[in-house]
Amino acid sequence: MPAVKETIEDVRQLESDKYKYGFTTEIEQERAPKGLSEDTVRFISAKKGEPEWLLEWRLEAFKRWTQMKEPDWAKVGYPPIDYQEAYYYAAPKDAAKYKSLDEVPQELLDTYKKLGIPLKEAEVLLGVEGAEASAAEARNEGSQRKVAVDAVFDSVSVATTFKEELKKAGVIFMPISEAVHEHPELIKKYLGSVVPVTDNFFATLNSAVFSDGSFVYVPKGVRCPMELSTYFRINAEGTGQFERTLIVADEGAYVSYLEGCTAPMRDENQLHAAVVELVALDDAEIKYSTVQNWWPGDSDGKGGVYNFVTKRADCRGRNSKVSWTQVETGSAITWKYPSCVLKGDNSQGEFYSIAVTNGRQQADTGTKMIHLGRNTKSRIISKGISAGKSDQTYRGLVSVHGKAEGARNFTQCDSLLIGDTCGAHTVPYIECKTPKATLEHEATTSKLSEEQLFYARQRGLDEESAVALLVNGFCREVLQELPMEFAVEAQALLKVSLEGSVG
Amino acid sequence: MLVIENLQARVDAEDGDGRQILKGVSLKVPAGEVHAIMGPNGCGKSTLSYVLSGRDGYEITGGSMSFDGQDLAEMEPEERAAAGVFLSFQYPVEIPGVPTLTFIKEALNAQKRLRGEDEVPAPAFMKLAREAAAQLGISNDMLKRPVNVGFSGGEKKRMEIFQALMLQPKFLILDETDSGLDIDALKVVAEGVNALRNEERGMLVITHYQRLLDYLKPDVVHVMAAGRIQETGGPELAHKLEKEGYDKYAGEAA
Repeated sequence: MPAVKETIEDVRQLESDKYKYGFTTEIEQERAPKGLSEDTVRFISAKKGEPEWLLEWRLEAFKRWTQMKEPDWAKVGYPPIDYQEAYYYAAPKDAAKYKSLDEVPQELLDTYKKLGIPLKEAEVLLGVEGAEASAAEARNEGSQRKVAVDAVFDSVSVATTFKEELKKAGVIFMPISEAVHEHPELIKKYLGSVVPVTDNFFATLNSAVFSDGSFVYVPKGVRCPMELSTYFRINAEGTGQFERTLIVADEGAYVSYLEGCTAPMRDENQLHAAVVELVALDDAEIKYSTVQNWWPGDSDGKGGVYNFVTKRADCRGRNSKVSWTQVETGSAITWKYPSCVLKGDNSQGEFYSIAVTNGRQQADTGTKMIHLGRNTKSRIISKGISAGKSDQTYRGLVSVHGKAEGARNFTQCDSLLIGDTCGAHTVPYIECKTPKATLEHEATTSKLSEEQLFYARQRGLDEESAVALLVNGFCREVLQELPMEFAVEAQALLKVSLEGSVG
Repeated sequence: MLVIENLQARVDAEDGDGRQILKGVSLKVPAGEVHAIMGPNGCGKSTLSYVLSGRDGYEITGGSMSFDGQDLAEMEPEERAAAGVFLSFQYPVEIPGVPTLTFIKEALNAQKRLRGEDEVPAPAFMKLAREAAAQLGISNDMLKRPVNVGFSGGEKKRMEIFQALMLQPKFLILDETDSGLDIDALKVVAEGVNALRNEERGMLVITHYQRLLDYLKPDVVHVMAAGRIQETGGPELAHKLEKEGYDKYAGEAA
């Protein structure tokens, strides 16, 4: 297992540099005035040169938001957020296209390098002219799997790789801010159609001030020729990041999308409220994988990202399928429930999750599976690992409506406790309005056993490696759902996240 | 090879008032020899195996133990493993989600790294695994299953010996490897152990019964009772014990 490949030396090094993504990039930022008002919304919209309809859409959201109350039902505690103290928009200056690599700020290139983004083609990513052709040539020689990357640096999507290749397949993959101009009909049709403007406090906030994010459209019958990937990164001090992601898989289409997140270390808390909408039409399939490694704050609970995210998939079409896979190791507070609305007959929803909390992290996370169509199927596998003084809650809803005859759900929630100062809670809600459905729920809570640790150590594994191996075993059913590149990264991340959790 | 002198140890207890289990064990196992320790339940046999391999929860209160001149008490469990000490567990532990071969490969490479050796290449590892599995009648399917999960008692013991064949330790401690085995399984396991026997390798075989020893033919037999070695002799001592039982030593246990 690659997670235990590091030598002891490496582990020691990591210890002192535990959050290796915690660095700040010194580049000039262009920011909106502090605070949130109608003017802020107008500022953002104007910055992006948005059409009138989108501005109206945002303003409508803002109006609703001012009347909404922040939800408090999650099992997390944090001081009240002053929404007027944050910046709602920050763009790296000169984020537009570059004529040559020389024009790209060195700091930006360094940031990508430090992030370890699979950027063999930084030039392409940064939109340097002529880079795509030469990179494509180089790619054809190698046989490694292809991943197209869209990087969102603070609020602006910096560039998208592999555009040409995707274009040939008819796949649209671009910053949502560009898509607004280039494909307004698609954006108008689908934006907010899964997560309505008024859905919840954080989603409504996002609708008002969302900055950028990715847009994907896979046309009828097309299997996206490569995995699509976005890296989000919060950089500027005191900025909230509000990405908006919209993925549409038309009839018979398939796409696999990877999302990775990191943030630098800051003393104050950074707000992150994203919205992800997925639409799967007849016979379409979307696989959405996340590795979330936002700065979790220090061991005293200072700093860290507040991650309040709304992710929802609409399985609109018959036989459509959406699979959420997530590895969540970061953030000070996590509030996140990737969901599937199973409207189409025979549609399927899956949720595979690994959530790790250590230190003072708090996570309230789970999923919702709403069965509306006949013979709809859902599967939930959740693995929660709590260590340190952290607290973790699995909160899930399985709802089967009256017409969803033949619906099936299988839920398995396993919690693993490391040490005796952490907490794990499981809150499953189950509603079933038809007698013709089958629901199964299994839940376990266990402690990392001293016996297992000793057994592994007697065979030669040091303590950290033994913990990593045991935890990887505990998470295996989820890890094997991840695309290859992510699985390796995820295992390494699990190990780093749990350092110092035993002993 | 293994030198234990007047070793005393007690179980850690929350109140700091743990029970003394080992009350002065002295024992020498030179390279190439197989020593058996026999004794009644609760005499400290298993404690000895845990103290030697470095399990948490025991406190050494006196005496010493060294392996190839290294002080075992100063070493972490994984360092002892890398030095060549292998414990075949009385109750092998289940590790859900970790395939057996993955586990062994990780362990082998971890040991090699600790020893400053190169990791074993995958093809060589697989070849080794196939040979060892064939020798012990272990199916391919079993190697892919998670460590010890869903295995019968006999299968688990067989897997312990399989691990030993793969890791090639310098010294084996077999803690009641015969318990839970039917006669056919016992024979297979014993053959596996005998295959490991050579002039450089030492073994300490902990058992209640003589039947395993019939196959292993130890060089020396020790009788342990009440936390001490009470008697030491040749293989004939095992037969004597089988007939007479441990009553003779009961007085010491009191």
